[in-house]
Amino acid sequence: MTTTETPRPAAPAVRASGVGRVFSTASGDVIALGGVELEVAAGEFVSLIGPSGCGKSTLLRLIADLDQASTGELEIFGKPAARARIDQDYGIVFQQAGLLPWRTVGDNIALPLELHKVDKAERRARVAELAELVGLTEFVESYPDQLSGGMQQRVAIARALAARPRLLLMDEPFGALDEMTREYLQSELTRIAAETGAAVVFVTHSIPEAVFLSDRVVVMSPRPGRITDVLTTGFGDVARNEALRESPAYFDRVTAVREALHGAPVERANER
Amino acid sequence: MTTRVLASWLRIAAPIGVGVLGVAAWVLYVDVLGAAPRMLPSPTTIGVELVERWGIISNAMLITATNALIGLVIGALVAIVFAALAAAVKPIDGMLAPIVAAIAVVPIVALTPILNTMFGASSQFGRQAVAALAAFVPVFVNVLRGLRQTTPVHRDLLRASAASAAQTFRVLTLPTALPYLMTGLRIASSLAVIAALVAEYFGGPADGIGTAIATYAKSGRAALAWAFVAGGILIGLIFFLVTSLLEKLATRRPPV
Repeated sequence: MTTTETPRPAAPAVRASGVGRVFSTASGDVIALGGVELEVAAGEFVSLIGPSGCGKSTLLRLIADLDQASTGELEIFGKPAARARIDQDYGIVFQQAGLLPWRTVGDNIALPLELHKVDKAERRARVAELAELVGLTEFVESYPDQLSGGMQQRVAIARALAARPRLLLMDEPFGALDEMTREYLQSELTRIAAETGAAVVFVTHSIPEAVFLSDRVVVMSPRPGRITDVLTTGFGDVARNEALRESPAYFDRVTAVREALHGAPVERANER
Repeated sequence: MTTRVLASWLRIAAPIGVGVLGVAAWVLYVDVLGAAPRMLPSPTTIGVELVERWGIISNAMLITATNALIGLVIGALVAIVFAALAAAVKPIDGMLAPIVAAIAVVPIVALTPILNTMFGASSQFGRQAVAALAAFVPVFVNVLRGLRQTTPVHRDLLRASAASAAQTFRVLTLPTALPYLMTGLRIASSLAVIAALVAEYFGGPADGIGTAIATYAKSGRAALAWAFVAGGILIGLIFFLVTSLLEKLATRRPPV
């Protein structure tokens, strides 16, 4: 469809039209995802939320070119997903930190740079910068097994940002962490996303998490996996801090997302 | 904690205690009671022989240890290459699996007389080949398993980072397999020493620990034969300790 070879700077971070994924199994084809229409603007924070089997992780894997769509078209900054992956247009964070245990924190962060033959001095400077960004400066020489789960996940975020991608893909990155660490890292992530200006596609099954982080929340449902609703939840210029978590605007949006997920109005705890 | 201190203290003291008790019983049986058969001399007599004949014993140790080491290195290298091929190409895996199973059940030292005849009675090659065959199986099995231990999240990460196949192998697959290689080497090292030593019983050049044990046992010089046995134990210990250390170094970072 595109007529120009070089993508325009205004190209959206992600553009999906009619994207679907069918898995062939012994008992027939399973539609994991169908008819996805989605556009994520540059610098925008979008969450994908839904119950298990709604295809939210599948969609993220398609965007990351870790899996190929069966139908439809998918463009990352105006390029095919495979091209965007090779050009390192995105960084990715999984539910497991996936750090290499035999490498120090610094060497783990530098891995994408090392793979793309960035020279050593530049690598070291970038690692120092990223360690500072995620608050792990004094742990650069430590090994992953000496770090807590939350700290390991921060290393994974730093690694994903190493090649300065304009898109950050996150697949339930805080799903395995305790609630306290989770809320702390959510605040950290909003700060990091703002500082780097990267667009974020964030998969989660936590409604408060999606509302707290996102500009828009994409609600999905299973069998077959599809998008059922897209809610604009952004708070504009309001600082994302603990006060926001207590504010009525926040609860209103949590309720809105919950209703969209359940497909019907939900009785609100604060209206009894 | 006192219980832990006691436990770690016991861990060293207990085996030493058992050893001392064993030697004491040995001395009691041989020297005090004088009831032992002629081929079981007292530990002190063996110790004296070991010190006095250290020159010829260490020479024999060097021959046997060299054979074992060459066999271990060659066997391990061939095993690594074959394991890499089997991990990379499925049909090769299918071809190799029954061959390796066959090698694993061959009583390897039984091949020695044939190999000695094939390569001549003055060549160490037959012994080295036996050691290599003995070392091959555990290294192959462990390395092949190790090459298959990469986790999905790591593979996704490398793909997302647009790593080439060669980079993925160097950065992920190889380091993941390294502890398995070391485990294979530790098991193989003891087998290589045993194979190299026992192979000497079946002909070949008239040197090495095994040849000496057989010769002195037949001629009734029990203490000297036992001193050579002690030399064989020393070789095995050195091989085991070195490879155990390598394994410990390779596994010091647990997966997270």
